[in-house]
Amino acid sequence: MDIPYTTDVRPDTGLTNPKLGMWLFLASEVMLFGSFFSSYALLRVGAASWPDQSAVLSVPLAALNTAVLLASSVTIALAWRAARQGDRAAYRGLMAATIALGIVFLGVKGSEYADKLSQGLAPSTDVFLGLYYTMTGLHALHIAAGLAVNAYLIGPGARMWQAQHARFANRVELAALYWHFVDVIWICIFAVFYLL
Amino acid sequence: MFLKHFFSTDHKVIGLLYAFTALFFLLVGFFLIVILRWQLAYPGQPVPVVGPLLGDANAPGGIILPEFYNQLGAMHGTIMVFLGVVPLAVGAFGNYLVPLQIGAPDMAFPRLNLGSYWFYLAGGVVMLSSFFVPGGAANNGWTSYPPLSDLSPTSGQTWWLVGMLCIILSSLLGSINIITTIVQLRAPGMTWFRMPFLVWAQFVTAFLLLLAFPALQAAAILQGMDRVAGTSFFLPSGLVVSGRPLDVSGGGNALLWQHLFWFLAHPEVYVLILPAMGIVAEIIANNTRKPLWGYRLMVYSLFVLGVLSFLVWAHHMFLTGMGTAISAFFQATTMIISIPSVVILTSLILSLWGGSIRFTTPMLFALAFLPMFGMGGLTGLPLGLATTDIPLHDTTYVVGHFHYVVAPGTIFALFAGIYYWFPRITGRMMNDTLGRMHFVGSLVSMNAIFMPMFVQGLAGVNRRLWDGGMEYAHAQGVLSLNVHMSIGAFALAFFQIFFIVNLFASLKQGRVASANPWDATTLEWSEDTASPRVYRDPYDYSPPGAPRDFVPQYVARVVSSGPAEG
Repeated sequence: MDIPYTTDVRPDTGLTNPKLGMWLFLASEVMLFGSFFSSYALLRVGAASWPDQSAVLSVPLAALNTAVLLASSVTIALAWRAARQGDRAAYRGLMAATIALGIVFLGVKGSEYADKLSQGLAPSTDVFLGLYYTMTGLHALHIAAGLAVNAYLIGPGARMWQAQHARFANRVELAALYWHFVDVIWICIFAVFYLL
Repeated sequence: MFLKHFFSTDHKVIGLLYAFTALFFLLVGFFLIVILRWQLAYPGQPVPVVGPLLGDANAPGGIILPEFYNQLGAMHGTIMVFLGVVPLAVGAFGNYLVPLQIGAPDMAFPRLNLGSYWFYLAGGVVMLSSFFVPGGAANNGWTSYPPLSDLSPTSGQTWWLVGMLCIILSSLLGSINIITTIVQLRAPGMTWFRMPFLVWAQFVTAFLLLLAFPALQAAAILQGMDRVAGTSFFLPSGLVVSGRPLDVSGGGNALLWQHLFWFLAHPEVYVLILPAMGIVAEIIANNTRKPLWGYRLMVYSLFVLGVLSFLVWAHHMFLTGMGTAISAFFQATTMIISIPSVVILTSLILSLWGGSIRFTTPMLFALAFLPMFGMGGLTGLPLGLATTDIPLHDTTYVVGHFHYVVAPGTIFALFAGIYYWFPRITGRMMNDTLGRMHFVGSLVSMNAIFMPMFVQGLAGVNRRLWDGGMEYAHAQGVLSLNVHMSIGAFALAFFQIFFIVNLFASLKQGRVASANPWDATTLEWSEDTASPRVYRDPYDYSPPGAPRDFVPQYVARVVSSGPAEG
């Protein structure tokens, strides 16, 4: 059964189905992370004492990670442009760069976790570290999911390139939307956990 | 092969999968509460018939232990709300009817649709399995308040959290699908204000699910961390359990859970009620043979309800000492939100005025919905005001209140919907006599169960008492009502047999129905589903000059002997 508007824009709404679906999904993600940030605010405001966050966590490493993610947002946006223009080599290179940057991010994050845990700083140490592990962990899961999607779009998913090019470019756009969103969440996490 | 249906991406098949799974869970949840009601009526006496099956860990000699009683209560609420009513109202009716009523070929994302059913099924399996882990299922109330739930020794509570995460994921995917379908796949001519009211109700409901459920997702993750990783998000400092200080870092806040939980669970109340209102509206328009009174007003009210439902959650928390200023805010919003509810209910009642009402079985259920939901709503007003809520909170009055909303309210609407759309699904009618017996029996026995709860609650009897209040002096005068309520519950169980027999027998033996047996106007009754086109408003009943007393949405011109219609 063919569902209309999977690739073409419905004239009166100006949207394709997948794009609307992605925006709705991101809306629910905003509520999810919003709930976590609200929990953070409530717990911190109510706490008798709160550790000096930037002394516990490593600001330089997080700043590096922020730069890495911002760079990956640029590469995925360019990858989308390349996909739309039909420049397959550029698309592959840029998407591969996005994936590589995402892996770097997870690697840095993993070394941060290992470093903290080796110092005996576990989720159960205090509420701040509990929130840190939970929220950055959830964010890392989102990065991992995004990496899986990006890898699919460079691998088996790219078979659509010729047969249904417009649809494929739309998929890359949605992956980029999601990736930007995860990037924005990281910026909020960076500000709240490392700088505030 | 039977199993192939579990892999179909057809919205009708998925809708039916949801329907049968949800009906099964409704039966399970009901079964739990019937056992519980035996204990309330006859505390300490062995449960007849099923007693020996409950296991020695739960009910030695058939006598229910307090821990098992708590499991029954917690899982009754969880199963009824999250695995029974919502999947039936949204998963089944939404999936089956929304594409048909707007003339869409299917849902916008058919495979995602199947995925959301699987996640729902997985959540249900996890919930049911948790009864068999050591220590049994979750036993901290359906609200899972910490610190109790954080410290609950049974791993059933962790299973509950995992099950909830599956159900939440299912709801999120489902709501994305429903919204996208309604926005994108309306047939030519199906403008927004030609959509049947049920579609509008599903639309607003999907937004509530989409935006409210993530709060519980976050809460479940936080509680899971508390239970598994030893964090203290919901555990304040200085907690002493069984005479010993608890070995955790502390510094958490138990109220945080309540805020996150009710941020979901109050919109969830409207998730329970809006599709029900939608179903009732369809059936009332059809069986009064006239357009809905105030259709647009009802649609606007839906939106007001949807927005306001995000601003009333803390009226469940007046007793927590969160402060009078916050209480004042939430009781004001709570009073305001009753206005759009009353607008919709009043519009439905006014729709009856001057109609030539056909008292079909679905119409009987729909008609009973109006006063029953009305009672549920009106008894909620004292709970929305902090002053009157404080003595009533956590009494059986509250239980009576929300059961009037959900049981003879929503569940009656769902029954009405099943009787009404059964011929659309199967091509056969359900048996009318059995349907009427089911209706009368259910109506009487539901009132016999829930009405005395108000009396007990006003007398101050707490809910969740293992012995039904026997130990309390103030409960003595109303204690005998426990027996009456339980007999009502047993009678309700008996009358559901009529429904179950009717449902299955009518599949094969029901009277063969025509394509449009109710003479309805909406698109799902059209014989030509290939390329539907819409020409008129959803409820064009009894238009002047038409040859019959209805003109379906898919009919372009009315051929009539009277004056021509535009």
